[in-house]
Amino acid sequence: MTINWFKYAAPNSFYPWSGRIIPWCYAAAAVLGVIALYMGLVRAPADFQQGNSYRIIFIHVPAAWMSMIIYLGMAFWGAIGLAFNTRLSFYMMSALAPTGAIMTFIALWTGALWGKPTWGTWWVWDARLTSELLLLFLYMGFIALQSAIEEPRRKDRAGAVLALVGALNVPIIYFSVQWWNTLHQGASVSMTRSPSMAAIMLWGMLIMAGAFWLYCIGATLSRVRSVMLERERLSAWVQDLEHR
Amino acid sequence: MSYWQNLNDFLAMGGYGAYVWGAYAVSALSICLELMALRRRRVQAVGAIKKDA
Repeated sequence: MTINWFKYAAPNSFYPWSGRIIPWCYAAAAVLGVIALYMGLVRAPADFQQGNSYRIIFIHVPAAWMSMIIYLGMAFWGAIGLAFNTRLSFYMMSALAPTGAIMTFIALWTGALWGKPTWGTWWVWDARLTSELLLLFLYMGFIALQSAIEEPRRKDRAGAVLALVGALNVPIIYFSVQWWNTLHQGASVSMTRSPSMAAIMLWGMLIMAGAFWLYCIGATLSRVRSVMLERERLSAWVQDLEHR
Repeated sequence: MSYWQNLNDFLAMGGYGAYVWGAYAVSALSICLELMALRRRRVQAVGAIKKDA
């Protein structure tokens, strides 16, 4: 069986199918989120070094992962848009930015509230924290840049260039704890070695990461539908939607 | 089966309640605000089309 991806990528067919899957994304995110909260806040024991302050990890790490993944997603769609000149790719890029900014804010906020009891300070200007703050500024700069440009083609291209250049910061964030001395601990989960966490803590965090993924997909699809209506409101397929 | 003895125990988070609940509350609030913003944007986008039609 071959799937005709181009059919699903055309705005007039993407719009209805994305609308159908959004509620499922939100519902699955809510179910996984409740399970993860129960595991992380109710069932999991305290950490032997950090006591109960470590429970911030269940939102801090998933939000930090999403903050990086979403920026890479923006760069990916920007690259596809520049290469193939596909409108929907640029809309996806734009729709990802606010959700990415919120995930970055959550990562920074929860990190500060975890840093205070653990390190004795809300903030340090080390490589991990500074590069994550730069990520927040990249998201805000992207949103400001796109809202400042009226002409659609320039808006899309300028956004894609910023998304691609800014994506260089993502590996810097990820590897900063290895490349520089930092207060921030290294990765709790890695592809190459077994995780340095107890099973219930690890699963609570991974299930929450699943919830964050699904929430971000739902929110981004919801926003991209609005972007499509805003940018294509004079086109025939949008007019047809209203007459149905 | 819970790690906690009672509700107060749970809320206190072993003395870290303000940090833990501060982190969770602001994260939940951020997501709620995003959902409200998404709703508003959709209503505005649909409204703009209706005006054109």
